Amino acid sequence: MIRIENVSLRYRTTPILHDIDLTIPKGGVTALIGPNGAGKSSLLSLIARLQPLQTGSITIDGLGVDSTPSPELAKVVALLRQDSVIASRLRVRELVGFGRFPHGRGRLTQEDCNIVNQSLRQLDLTDFADRFMETLSGGQRQRALVAMTLAQGTDYILLDEPLNNLDMYYARTLMQALRAIADENGKTVVIVLHDINQASAYADRIVAMKGGRVVGDGTPAAIFTPDVLEGIFGFRMRVETFDGKPLVLHHL
Amino acid sequence: MTIISVDTPTRRRLVAGLGLAILFLASLSVGVGEFSLARVVNDPEALQLLLISRLPRTLAAVLAGAGLAIAGLIMQTLAQNRFVEPSTAGTAQSAELGILLATLLLPAASLPIKTLVASGAAMAGTSVFLMTAHRLPPTQPFLVPLFGIVYGGVIGAAATFAAWHADLLQFLSVWTNGDFSGVLRGRYELLWFAALTVAIAWLVADRLTIMALGRDASIGLGINHARMMQLGLVVVSVISALTVVVVGMIPFVGLVVPNIVSRLMGDNLRGTIVCVAASGSGLVLGCDIIGRIIRFPYEIPVGTVMGVVGGLVFLWLLFRRPDHA
Repeated sequence: MIRIENVSLRYRTTPILHDIDLTIPKGGVTALIGPNGAGKSSLLSLIARLQPLQTGSITIDGLGVDSTPSPELAKVVALLRQDSVIASRLRVRELVGFGRFPHGRGRLTQEDCNIVNQSLRQLDLTDFADRFMETLSGGQRQRALVAMTLAQGTDYILLDEPLNNLDMYYARTLMQALRAIADENGKTVVIVLHDINQASAYADRIVAMKGGRVVGDGTPAAIFTPDVLEGIFGFRMRVETFDGKPLVLHHL
Repeated sequence: MTIISVDTPTRRRLVAGLGLAILFLASLSVGVGEFSLARVVNDPEALQLLLISRLPRTLAAVLAGAGLAIAGLIMQTLAQNRFVEPSTAGTAQSAELGILLATLLLPAASLPIKTLVASGAAMAGTSVFLMTAHRLPPTQPFLVPLFGIVYGGVIGAAATFAAWHADLLQFLSVWTNGDFSGVLRGRYELLWFAALTVAIAWLVADRLTIMALGRDASIGLGINHARMMQLGLVVVSVISALTVVVVGMIPFVGLVVPNIVSRLMGDNLRGTIVCVAASGSGLVLGCDIIGRIIRFPYEIPVGTVMGVVGGLVFLWLLFRRPDHA
């Protein structure tokens, strides 16, 4: 369980987050949605201790993110940031292998290698495993970064817009893979999504943010209604039901 | 050409090792004194020459070359920019200023103490460089080396001014332009600390590779980013200060060697760090041998030879990959 209490954040004088109180239960897929600049990425980076907490507290399974040693947290929570750039000339397999660093401090055991291979397979990267990152397309690179994050093998996986650069096929494949690791391995996935129909199809729970505040928290059926969506995004959109799930016609 | 067969790195390592061994023997054989390796066994004078002059000089070149190449590699990792190295980013100039001030203010201090002062100055100078480098926009990768050159120039000018005031200009040129001709037994041994820092770099190679992925990735994988920055800073500063104090600064080694190794073998440092060190040794040794041969029996300082060789290689690197920083 991720418990966020009274968390506010400001850069110099600009407020980014206001008194966030949020509990994300263990297991399942939670989608963070909201307009640009709502504070979604900032919230994720606070959970992943990439920046220090200014007020309030965040705990993951009872471990305080500001008080638990960083190497220990690296075995509990993994974050893929938006727009991660890899400037190093690493082969895909080497990069994904570094996801295992928290477990063996660099020594890859047979088990580590199996996990790396499994992550490569999940993201359909086996054929590219020995290619240098710089020789891949943007979408392939993004998949390698997701594979690295999954290889870290943490119970909590935070993904900031992982569908960036992915075509429809791989966006769907990734969402299915995340659904599977949540259902079969009991992982907790928190994912920032701009495609709310992906969120509707694959998430158990939607957390909506706007202007640094949590403005909605519930099942896709509860959040994806014309009224709630208008409150979040500022325009009216048609919502249909398809296969029992809300389908938002936001582009019409 | 990006998919490299499995045995190529091993073959490259063998070639590099063999090349270094040949250069090592060549360096022992080249010099003004009447000498051949075959006579060492039954000629005590030849043995003396080997032990007092040729061997120390060769070892000094090997140690300084390995150290500078590793220092360049670490500096590029810390600054997240492939075009910086100690001699072009204020580290060497700060070390020169430090040793100059130590000579002026603590004239009676021993060489290790003066080296320590130079290391401290190098650390302060490099910290300021790194802090500034991280504030420059990442979309402009050439701003970082450009800033480094200007910054190093300013510190170098301060050192020149201080040296001119104290009438120590000829001392300063000893530190700014690397030269192995003065290396004798008993006057280079401090450089063994460079070997120690290379060993440290090898031990933390995985961490350095992750550091190169950026601050967020490092923290996410549980690395103490701030402490690794400090460790890298100490290693870079100590290597630079040792080189400046013992033989004088040798430019470009830290720039061209890590870049060439990266092109050939990638950036997984666990596999490449030994090659970086060995190539640095080979490059400095090779340039020192050239400097001894082209005006025989006179010598050209290794710093000058390296300035020409390294500058050419650097230009080649810039033209080969304009879009990667």
